[in-house]
Parts: sequence; C-alpha cells; structure tokens
Amino acid sequence: MTVTERQSCQTPAEPEHPKSLLLRMDRMPHIWCSRCGIGIALGCFAAALERAGLSPDDITVTSGIGCTGRAAGYVKVDSFHTTHGRAIPFAVGLTMARPDLKHVVFSGDGDLISIGGNHFIHAARRNQNLLVICVNNFTYAMTGGQLAPTTPVNARATTAPYGSFERPFNLPYLAASAGASYVARWTSLHIRRVTDSITEALQREGFRFIEIIAPCSTIYARRNKLGDGLDLMKYYYESAVIDHEARLQDLDIGFQSRIVVGKFVDEERPSYVRSMNEHFGKVLGGKYVRPVTGDVAGSSGAGGAK
Amino acid sequence: MGASEASMAYANPLGVLTGVHYLDGDHSAAEGACAAGCRFFAGYPITPSTEVAERVALRFPLIGGQFIQMEDELASIAAVLGASWGGLKSMTVTSGPGFSLMMENIGLGVMMEVPCVIVDVQRGGPSTGLPTLPAQADMMQARWGSHGDYEIIALSPNSPQECFDLTIEAFNLSERWRLPVLIMTDECIGHMTEKVVIPPADRIELVERRFTKETPDKYLPYKPCEDLVPELAPLGKGYRFHTTGLTHDERGYPVMTAEMQEINVHRLVDKIRKNADKIVHVEKKNLDDADIVVVSYGISSRVAIPAVEKARSEGLKVGELRLIIVWPFPEKEIRSLAGKVKAFVVPEINYGQMVYEVERCAAGKCRTMLVPHGGGWVHDPETIYRAIREAAK
Repeated sequence: MTVTERQSCQTPAEPEHPKSLLLRMDRMPHIWCSRCGIGIALGCFAAALERAGLSPDDITVTSGIGCTGRAAGYVKVDSFHTTHGRAIPFAVGLTMARPDLKHVVFSGDGDLISIGGNHFIHAARRNQNLLVICVNNFTYAMTGGQLAPTTPVNARATTAPYGSFERPFNLPYLAASAGASYVARWTSLHIRRVTDSITEALQREGFRFIEIIAPCSTIYARRNKLGDGLDLMKYYYESAVIDHEARLQDLDIGFQSRIVVGKFVDEERPSYVRSMNEHFGKVLGGKYVRPVTGDVAGSSGAGGAK
Repeated sequence: MGASEASMAYANPLGVLTGVHYLDGDHSAAEGACAAGCRFFAGYPITPSTEVAERVALRFPLIGGQFIQMEDELASIAAVLGASWGGLKSMTVTSGPGFSLMMENIGLGVMMEVPCVIVDVQRGGPSTGLPTLPAQADMMQARWGSHGDYEIIALSPNSPQECFDLTIEAFNLSERWRLPVLIMTDECIGHMTEKVVIPPADRIELVERRFTKETPDKYLPYKPCEDLVPELAPLGKGYRFHTTGLTHDERGYPVMTAEMQEINVHRLVDKIRKNADKIVHVEKKNLDDADIVVVSYGISSRVAIPAVEKARSEGLKVGELRLIIVWPFPEKEIRSLAGKVKAFVVPEINYGQMVYEVERCAAGKCRTMLVPHGGGWVHDPETIYRAIREAAK
C-alpha cells in the first residue's frame, strides 16, 4: 500500500473500551501476550468494581513484580507497583493509614507465595483488611518460565528441565490455614464466577484471597506442549470441578489434573484494625486515642479524637 | 509548577512529653518521633534498637498512632512506605542485620520519593557480629547500601538529647526533600541515659507534607518543582496516580530507556547534590587557627573531647568538626579546611569509612589520619590523643 492509498483509507473511529473508566488507556497496549489469562482476571476485577458500586477513588491497587505485577500500572486508581514480594506489607501500611478506602493486592503466584510467602501468611493471620487477588499461571513467566512454588509435579520449567518433583503449594489451603476470612479459587474460564467472587469479596472485611488460575500460553504451555491459550481453556472446561464443600487439603493441583474450584471460606471475623480498636478501647478505656488516619493527619499528627 | 515553599506547622501537644526527662537514646528517639507527628511505626525486634519499638508500642495508643510488629524487616520498611503514601508520617527502627534486609525497599523509597525515617542503632558486624555492643560500621552502607545510583540523607546524633532533636529534624528533612532519611546512631548512644529536655509543642516546628494544589487533570506525580522535588497527591481524591520502582516519566509511568533513566535518576541525585548546602549540618569548634582538625560524628565525637582537651592544654592547635548530618557529606567545609590545616584526624568505630570521604575532599592538601576501632566498645581517648600528637609532628 502506498502512502497515498493508506491516507485515503477511512479508518472508523476506535470504539471506546468498555472498561476505559477503570483502565489507563494511555498505557495501552499492555505488555501481556495474546492468550494470556491476566487480562481476563483484570477485566473481571474492573467489572466487579462497577458491580460493587465502587468509584475508582474508593480503592487502591498494589502489585509486586512479575507479569501480573504489572496490573497496578493499568488500573486508573491510586496504584502502587512495588518490589518483588512486598506488595502485601506495603498494602498493610496503606490499609492502616487509610482504613476508609478498600485496598487490593493484585499479583502473581511467584510474587505473593514464594518471595512474599512470609508476608502472605502473616497478613492472613492478622486478618489485615486486604483483598488479595493471585493470578496463578504455575510459573515465573516474566523471567522466562522458571519453577514456581505452584508448578505442578512433572511440569517442566527452565530451571526444572526434567520436570518438577517438588510438591507445590495448595493456595486455598495455605490461605485458610493462615487465617484468611474469605478464600476462593477459579480459573480464567470462569469469568462470571470470578467477577461474582471479587464483587462479593470487595464487600467483606479482613484478609480475602482469590486465586485465579490463568493460562501462560507463551511460556508454560509451550514448554509443556499443552497447546495454546484456547487449549488451556478447554483443559479448564473439562477438568475444573466446582465444589464449594471440598476439603481444603484436597485442593492440590497435579499436572493437567482435575482442578477443584469454588468458594471455600467465607467467615465474618474482625479485621486487624477493628481488633486493635476493640482491644485498646477495652484495655485502655478513655486513655485510648483512636488512630489518626492519613486523610486528616497533617504534619503534626493532629486529628486524633478520643 | 513553581517553587513550592515548605510550609511549617507546630507539633501536636498530644505527642509531646514537654519537660525534663532522664532517657536513653532509644527512648528519646521514640519521643522525637511522637513529637514529630509520626503516627505509624512498623518494626521487628533487634538488639540494640528494640527499645525504640517498645517505647512506641507503649506510647502510640495514647496519642493516635499505630504500632505494628511486622514479620520481618522487609515487611517493616514496606509497610512504612505504604503508610507514608497513605498520609501518615512513618518510621521504622533496626540494627545491622535488619538494616541489610531493608536495603531493597529503601531504594524503592528513594525511587518513589517517599518521606519516612529509618533509625539504625549500629552494632558490631559483619553478620550477627556483636549484637549488644557498639560500632559505626554501617556508615557506607547508609550511603550506598541499596543498589543503583542515588543520594540519601543520614544524621548522626551523639546524645540522647540529639536522638530527640535529630529525629524531628529527620522527619522534617524527609518531608522537605521527599525521601527516606536515616538516623545512624549506635548501641552506646542508644543505651546511654542522660538528661533530655523536651520543649513545649509550640516550640517544635514541623515541615508540612507537600501536597499538590493542582487539580487531578493537571497533576503529574513526578513533575519536579524548582527545587527538584515533586509534590504528593492525597489518596482517594481523584488524582488516580501511579507510582513504581521502575524508571518512570513525570506521569509515574514506566519508561525503560537510557534517556528516561538520565532524566529520572539524575534528578534524584541532583535533588540532594544541588541542595546539599541547605541540608549539610555540622558543628564547628576552634577551627579558626587550627592546625589539626578532628573530624568525627556520633559517639566518637564525645570520646574525642578529652583527647582534644588534653592536646589543647599542651598548646596544640586542635579544632573539631562534627558531622551532625553525615550524608550528604560536608564537602565544602572539608575542602576549605584542607588548604589551611596540617591534618585531619578521624576517629570512627570501624576500619575506615567516613575517613575516605575526608581524604577525598582533602585531595592531598593535608594529611588524613584514621583512628580505627573494630567495634565492641568506644575508643580509649588516649588513642585519639596519640593520633593528634602524631598528626602535629
């Protein structure tokens, strides 16, 4: 096509992206590969925000490092792209300083469960008021497909070229054991369920964990000869079993095995900050000064009312 | 955006224990934080810094602050950064091994430009070293410990009183220049108990956080003012900003190019280098006719006093230059003295750290003599005296 020809082509006006209110359209195209499942998870998150009736000014999103770690950079809210593994403790600071807002950690399995694993269990134990969305693609995708703490036994990774023989974490079991008050697992095939789950979790209190199993077609699927993204969706379709009553210890995922999905924990327990306020109120009585929050603190730390 | 003058506020009386107290350096630093308006503290126990955390845990519920003991130092510094973004003045405290663990996120604080304060009560190292005994061996780690190029601000109190005063100064500097500020104290100062005078709240001036006055549609989170410092935006008010540890443009968006690295990182460095004259803080004594200048900081500056007095009583012209702020290093002061004096004598509880900065700035114009000490105790003043005599030869 010559330049003249190209100029003469009338391209229709780009239709507006349905989630443009919640996405940083000035950062598109994103870095994710075609057929990657992270975008689906982020789309569900954006839909859930709308469904929950939340304005972008009601929430913050914090990510760590990795493919999913880029999510914070694409959502048009106050957003924090932090260091590898530290999204949760960073967001702990946010949630304590600004308890009036909802704080979401959106990151990957390697970031949250391997390098950030200690923070994950302690934030769950304390029931910190965070919604943690973990996109689990069974691998370290951004660095080229290394062994993750979620890689199924016998799956291959660049650092497990003969297949993995390590037992992976069962994430819902881990989260529930550590004290999470809401635990669910879905795959990126379950768009409606994921959206419902995030919508519901956004309205709960305490440490809420949603695992979203998502295809990494470029790295994980190719190395393991699993076909492309669509083939993985077919695998989810054929192998995912919804069982809300499943025993948590039975939720292990083997290589191309059955994947049990569902909502496994939904309990009402006071969050860390609520427990703190109740405890100090009881023990210190009138001497307790409820925490100043970041929206009113000012430089002097003033604003605390008894 | 024009020059954004830092505006001042007075301390909230609720956090200020006005009066005369008998406190150790650790407790005094905790009181400094309360007075400075710090209302978020995340920390992990480590000797000899734990008393700071203990005092904060006791005091914060009474003054509207939040204390949380995190699962480790990695989490502590991360939570401090998050809370500071959330609008609270925030602090953590640690010692050598924990300071090492905090390094990565100190770099994140530099890159994201997060005001916060980190106290390092230094102990002997490397590794677990001497947990209960003093050293000044993290001074270069304070400057260079996180990867990449950056500038930092670090203070060095030499008494419990200064632990109070300099903690307030550290918070003010962190808000003024938007970066993590380090307080490099040591086991000896931390556990030394002395008189500490806490002034009335209306005598304690605090630097206000620099929130933007721009509307959200015009606001750029990393567009610097004339002093090279960008302004912050409050959360949840429509600014919907993004911040990242990646090299970024004025929008806070990642841009992975050499050109953006030059713009972004050069400004982070220049923000401190070009404003160093406004930040440097030294104490000068008897420098006018000095032949020998003892350059010291922290506990070593106090141990040097009897050595200097003895040498002066014998007629030696000895002056003192004490670094109250160690980073940025007072290059101009050292350079101008180097042309006039015979020698610098640098006692420090390490095998040579700040002495290399003195030597660099002396640039061969005079002698620079280290008086080393491996840590575990302070110098015998006699060794410093002997070094002064040697320098006078």
